[in-house]
Amino acid sequence: MDGLSVGSLYALIALGYTMVYGVLQFINFAHGDIVMIGAWLSFWICARLGWAGNDAPPSLARAAATLLFAMVVCGTLGFLIERLAYRPLRSAPRLNILITAIGMSLLLENVGQLPIVFGTENQGMPGLLPKETLLSVAGVNITLIDVLIIGCSIALMAGLNHLVYSTRLGLAMRAASFDTKTASLMGVNINRTISLAFVIGAMLAAAAGFLYAVKYTNLNQPAFPTWILLGLTAFVAAVVGGIGNIRGAMIGGVLIGLLEKFGTAYVSSSFKEVYVFSILILVLLFKPTGILGSARVEKV
Amino acid sequence: MELLATRARDYRPPTWLAILRGLLGPTIVVLLAVVLQRYSKSLFADEYRVWDDVLLKVGVNVILAVSLNIVNGYTGQFSIGHAGFMAVGGYTAAFLSYYGSFALWGDTMPHGGFLSCVSEPAEFVGRFADTGDAWFLLVLLAAGLAAALAGVVVGLPSIRLRGDYLAIVTLGFGEIVRVLLDSTEGTLSAEEIPEHSWASRAHYLGGPMGFFGQPFYTTHFWVWLFAGVTILTAYRLKASTFGRAFLAIRENEVAAQSIGVSTTSYKVYAFVISAFFAGIAGALYAHQLGNALAPSELCYQKSFDVIIMVVIGGMGSITGSILGAVLVTALPEWLRQPTHVWHVGLAMILVALAFSRFRVSRTVVLMALLTAALELMRFLSLHYEVNLERYRMILYALSLIAFMLLRPQGFFGVYEAWDAVRFWRLRPRGKTAAVGATP
Amino acid sequence: MSSPVPHDMRSSESLKFPKNWSSKPRVWDRLMSHVAARRGLAIMAVVATLAGCGESNSNTPATPGTPAAPAAPSMTPDAPKVPAAPAQGDAAKATDGTKKDDADAKGDTIKVGHYASMTGSEATFGQTTEDGVRLALEEINAAGGVRGKKLEVITYDTQSNAQGASSAVTRLITQDKVVALLGEVASTRSIAGGQVAQQLGIPMVSPSSTNPKVTQIGPMIFRVCFIDPFQGTVMAKFSSENLKLTKVAVLYDKSQAYSTGLNDFFQQAFKKLGGTITTVQTYKGGDPDFSAQLTTIRDSGAEAIYIPGYYNEIASIALQARKLGIKSPLMGGDGWESPKLMEIAGESVEGCYYSNHYAPEDERPEVKTFVEKYKAKHKGEVPGALSACGYDAAKILADAMGRAKSLSGKDIAAALAETKDFKGVSGNITIDAQRNANKSAVVLQIKGGKPIFVASVDPL
Repeated sequence: MDGLSVGSLYALIALGYTMVYGVLQFINFAHGDIVMIGAWLSFWICARLGWAGNDAPPSLARAAATLLFAMVVCGTLGFLIERLAYRPLRSAPRLNILITAIGMSLLLENVGQLPIVFGTENQGMPGLLPKETLLSVAGVNITLIDVLIIGCSIALMAGLNHLVYSTRLGLAMRAASFDTKTASLMGVNINRTISLAFVIGAMLAAAAGFLYAVKYTNLNQPAFPTWILLGLTAFVAAVVGGIGNIRGAMIGGVLIGLLEKFGTAYVSSSFKEVYVFSILILVLLFKPTGILGSARVEKV
Repeated sequence: MELLATRARDYRPPTWLAILRGLLGPTIVVLLAVVLQRYSKSLFADEYRVWDDVLLKVGVNVILAVSLNIVNGYTGQFSIGHAGFMAVGGYTAAFLSYYGSFALWGDTMPHGGFLSCVSEPAEFVGRFADTGDAWFLLVLLAAGLAAALAGVVVGLPSIRLRGDYLAIVTLGFGEIVRVLLDSTEGTLSAEEIPEHSWASRAHYLGGPMGFFGQPFYTTHFWVWLFAGVTILTAYRLKASTFGRAFLAIRENEVAAQSIGVSTTSYKVYAFVISAFFAGIAGALYAHQLGNALAPSELCYQKSFDVIIMVVIGGMGSITGSILGAVLVTALPEWLRQPTHVWHVGLAMILVALAFSRFRVSRTVVLMALLTAALELMRFLSLHYEVNLERYRMILYALSLIAFMLLRPQGFFGVYEAWDAVRFWRLRPRGKTAAVGATP
Repeated sequence: MSSPVPHDMRSSESLKFPKNWSSKPRVWDRLMSHVAARRGLAIMAVVATLAGCGESNSNTPATPGTPAAPAAPSMTPDAPKVPAAPAQGDAAKATDGTKKDDADAKGDTIKVGHYASMTGSEATFGQTTEDGVRLALEEINAAGGVRGKKLEVITYDTQSNAQGASSAVTRLITQDKVVALLGEVASTRSIAGGQVAQQLGIPMVSPSSTNPKVTQIGPMIFRVCFIDPFQGTVMAKFSSENLKLTKVAVLYDKSQAYSTGLNDFFQQAFKKLGGTITTVQTYKGGDPDFSAQLTTIRDSGAEAIYIPGYYNEIASIALQARKLGIKSPLMGGDGWESPKLMEIAGESVEGCYYSNHYAPEDERPEVKTFVEKYKAKHKGEVPGALSACGYDAAKILADAMGRAKSLSGKDIAAALAETKDFKGVSGNITIDAQRNANKSAVVLQIKGGKPIFVASVDPL
């Protein structure tokens, strides 16, 4: 159950990687840091509004407001990053964008560390959601938070699925990912579409960050390796599921989450990265396009 | 057939002059290393010692950047696991020099001679073969070989992968190396060593604390000798059949394959060569005073640093990699106490002008801006007591992004500093095509 | 340098060089001019780069009147030779020291260096230690300074990595000419910096590096905190004798030397005292999720869990342990120390124990004044152990500098080694023969969101 909820977090983050990869074919290394910003923003707004502290009563409305705030701010941030840093490099070699992304990731981490932004101390996320255990099946506790995380992820992913596969915007996105030039000839506004991919990716990342903060309640400082590893694991999930493929990212995320949990529980807890990266190498060696990444037309 | 016959008929054994010319490079490298070793102590005495330290680090980083350039710049593959190779080399070397020293001399004290006498009483001077010098040379080469072996292992998946996937695999490799090193035990002390067999000593590599106790053999001689060898190899590689194959893969893999370049094996070769030198750099790093050979120091952040060096300098350019290594290594040191840089900036602007044949190009503007920015930073830190160290990483990230936006090909692009001569000779007359490498 | 021996360097090194060494540059020049047309340019470019680097070096020191980079060695015959090794460096150190004395006879401050992680992943450590050091500095200077002069602390950032630590130390010693060093919390970085300090003959006092290997570097390296073996043993003793526990599980951070060290010694001591370790689980710094390990621990039937980690993970572990229904107390080491732990983990860490350097509500006058002053300066915040250790380190160093015969590295180190029963915030500190601090540890229990003093465990 824990594996499922962690997995759905990974899936949410992996979606951002996948969407950007689908349109621009590059790894957005700064994506993991957007998750961090999302998590910290939700803490920040709670602290600002006086909802912090462990005695603050759980409230769904507050949680929803926080989530919304984080998503909106991160969406704007995603838009700005794309507009200012990535768009001018659209025609440059992909490697250059990759390096800009690494630079952007460093920038976000270190700006986050400034005392006037988030500081270098760990912070405790207030318990916005009740810590109830719903039921216990064969020694496995199913908590409300886990259920909410999974539900929230499924809702967001279903929304995204609808957007991509059933709307004109989604059609434009799929067209852009299939062939940018042709799509623009066909009247698709490429710039807007790519911006949109970034904004949606960043919003999903913010949601993941918020859910992460609520689940673990202990926020590591912005430059802590946790955030980078979180992003990397999610990226591995995207690759395993078949990068560029939305449903693949969901499956990959859940798979990696479960694998990690079972690996740490039944084999050894100190080799978490080894499991994740070994499965990546195995998948890449035997099916380099990932589980669902066949030569399908509707890549996004 | 006809061609071959003609070539055979025309073949002349290389003249003495040609052979001498071939030996010139290595000789200069060795001489330079000896000169540095001889004069470094007086050149960097007292308050300049910081820069002695920086120069050593620059040397190691030059090896790393130039070797990474072979994979990333020449072959066009993207490796972000360079620190992993470095770790393999470093730990192999530390293992050999620490436990090997015990087998050779019966203790774990340093046994450096003239070439590696950092932590050795000056009176101890013996024949080359008797001292730690000879042993350290062997250790360095062994470290290179071990890393090269790891290069084969990582290079093999690249048969099926390209681009970003490969990048992630190399990253994963680096992480796996780190986790494995973390799970070893603390280094054995001199009294404990005899109780363990060679095979079981491999389990005592320091763990998370890092390898501890290896002698500090790394001196200017070794660092700059191998930096020179790396540069020379990279330089000659670029002009060789081998290197041309790398470049062909970078430009167009399919086209390269169609003209008979075995792309898979050449990619593995590139990894092996690059890993070999990274391993040596790791060994030098491991034996340098003031470094910690710990898994946490050799994680992906170190790999990113090396990539930044290569990118800032210009992917595919040896001079660029060297420049990148110098900049990235010296900048944090400079930020501790900023000094005037306008003269360096002026020199850079002149170099840039020479490249652009005395027109104000984007590079020249960039250089001028960079110099102005650095001078402004110095001004701020002096007059407003801004602690620049605190904002160091932010500046670093910003300049990286600015670089990518303003001059994505890095300082040198794919050109080398010595290409400037050709630019000079070929003044723009009408539509003279740029000679040299393709952009 | 007291006696400027002209050229002792050349005479000592000419042994190892060919006799005709001085003729080499000419050969070099000719070679260069010969090949300059073609390939030589490549090498020229490299040389030029190096020269450019050298050029920027020359202007680096703060002294504006310094001439340009000495290109020829003959220009610096009287520069003191940097001691190449401890064995050979004694004479050089002594001269170094007299030179330092001369130097600060001119200035009116004595410089002490502090290197700490002010940025990077462990920035909090450096920042809190720095707070303590600064507080001590204010007190020392308010009381008239050391040897009639004001003390000045120069702080450099180590960027939370070892290379940063060693270059900070090199710079502090060679450029800022500090007479002694304070530094680093993390043992890995203390070792990196300590090796440099040892080689350059400047004494270093580490405020809170607890790994035994730190002071094993050499006679210049000291510390004012206890070491890992002691801390692990203290907790084993406490849990066995005071809490009467027999079954304890261990969960430690495999990627932290600190954590593995404490784990080793805890297990050893606890088994010796007749207890059993039910299960040993590991995690890695930065992991967010510990439920797998905790489930195993829960099923092993342990009465308590020993978790020698840093507070940021402890908070997560405690929260998740309670979620899994583990009610047994958690125990840990000084890495737990942070008000954030109680703030984040709240009720989850209620009733847990940890060993520490000092207890803020200790009734001793040193502690009381320290806590009061700190609170006044930091908006009522209670000082953490790292601040206390930084404070003690600075105080002990100043004390030793006051007692030392001169301000040479050797004399300060000798004075430091003689430190006995120093009334520090973190206890009565005596420096032992291994240059470690001999003092008692305290065990604290978290009650009502605050650490409460439970017991003081003496050195064995």
